[in-house]
Amino acid sequence: MPFRMPSDIVPSEITPRSVFLNRRALLAGGMGALALGAAGRPAIAAAPGRNPALPAARNAAFVAADKPTSYDDVTSYNNYYEFGTGKGDPADYAGDFRTRPWTVAVEGEVAKPQTFDIDSLLKLAAMEERVYRLRCVEGWSMVIPWSGYPLAELIKQVEPTSRAKYVAFETVVQKDTMPGVSRRVLDWPYVEGLRMDEAMHPLTLLTFGLYGEVLPNQNGAPVRIVVPWKYGFKSVKSLVRIRFTEQEPPTSWVKAAAREYGFYANVNPNVPHPRWSQATERRIGEDGIFSPKRPTLMFNGYGDQVASLYAGMDLKANY
Amino acid sequence: MTARSDAAPRPKPRSGPRVFGIPLPLFRAGVFILGLVPLARWVVLGFTNGLTANPVEFLTRSAGTWTLVILMVTLAITPLRAVTGQAGLVKVRRMVGLFAFFYASLHFLTYVWWDQWFDPVAIAADIAKRPFILVGFLAFTLLIPLAVTSTRGWVRRLGGRNWQWLHRLIYLTGGLALLHLWWHKAGKNDFLDAGIYLGVFAGLMGWRLWYRWSRRAPIS
Repeated sequence: MPFRMPSDIVPSEITPRSVFLNRRALLAGGMGALALGAAGRPAIAAAPGRNPALPAARNAAFVAADKPTSYDDVTSYNNYYEFGTGKGDPADYAGDFRTRPWTVAVEGEVAKPQTFDIDSLLKLAAMEERVYRLRCVEGWSMVIPWSGYPLAELIKQVEPTSRAKYVAFETVVQKDTMPGVSRRVLDWPYVEGLRMDEAMHPLTLLTFGLYGEVLPNQNGAPVRIVVPWKYGFKSVKSLVRIRFTEQEPPTSWVKAAAREYGFYANVNPNVPHPRWSQATERRIGEDGIFSPKRPTLMFNGYGDQVASLYAGMDLKANY
Repeated sequence: MTARSDAAPRPKPRSGPRVFGIPLPLFRAGVFILGLVPLARWVVLGFTNGLTANPVEFLTRSAGTWTLVILMVTLAITPLRAVTGQAGLVKVRRMVGLFAFFYASLHFLTYVWWDQWFDPVAIAADIAKRPFILVGFLAFTLLIPLAVTSTRGWVRRLGGRNWQWLHRLIYLTGGLALLHLWWHKAGKNDFLDAGIYLGVFAGLMGWRLWYRWSRRAPIS
């Protein structure tokens, strides 16, 4: 099925900007020349056909108005420490990663624990395309057209018990294909978690694709979580286990540096990281050499949908 | 350059000072070109779409990395001179140190420009609030007096002894720069690079202590 890229930015809106920046870069000379790499980067507005297509109907209720980040940037600039801590490492080293066979075990405080095969997961609910902002805790952001369906669809299938207060998500460890796991940068496997109401929220997406194609390995193939109002590290990639628990699960980054990374990790411009402010962010492909960073929005701009989850909570203490 | 009066006869080809068998002027030119390699690399990467999806971050970190590398090279010159007996190495020390300052200045510029957008109030607040930034800022500012007094005129004005004491500030800059990197890497929980630099720095400083001690030992 042919897939049309969102957003429908008319070419005339794109070209003049890059041409304009290019000219400026040229005029600016020395340092300006350095800018060419960034400013001259073409805005790719269509799936490049590098992965099999993943048909999904666009859900207009969940399409950010922001301009999507180019496919090249989305797939070449990644934090996926199992492949290395460099931003280019995942794209460079994820080539041998195996996405089949693949199962996701769902267990813990549920009436019907079960293991789903990836192919049955793909068919479990109608695939939607949603364009979400992604804000990294490091201070950069992207806008990505994801394909998937609400995690709630899967959760309903397993019938959580009344003791299920939290959900833990676990990323696969493939020692032979993941060069990063030989170093104990984090306590592998990578574990993240959500509160039950966060996991059930309609924004929380069980994600199988981006830009209308199946997920590239470096972006968390074959299935991942996307939680758009939280810092990116909350959204686990290459998901193999979902565990429902009564207690808040110990998560990788809280275990590694609890002072810097909290369990909630909601995007919040008012709560700085110890080493940098979170008040602003750099939109990849747009902000940088010639334009200042942009203000970060509370809950990454999803406040009207999620702020009520945290009513009465001290978000400075629960960062 | 060695000072030479205009009236002096032209030296024979092999008579000038040499470093590792290379005539000093050629050696200096080689070091100068090497010092420009990081800058040239950025320009090439800029024209070949190689600055990653986040060029600002790439250039900021790359400038920081090269600052640290060249600081370590600067600190290695004296031990290398003592070990190899190549006295001429001291003739490139100032240039290497100034390259460290050059890349430190670019690293600082990336921060005030791309991170803070030249907002002096925001910069002051950031330095006051964040030890990570403060330590980097101190490491850079301590290099400024060294760069300013790197000329022969300043050596004369200060006197060799005072000048030498002042320039030992580079040890402090080295330590602060390492702490800055260490805290940066703490965010990624990845201390491999920082550990390597720490090892090199410890080795260079350790050699100095050993050298002083071993030269004093026979006397005491």
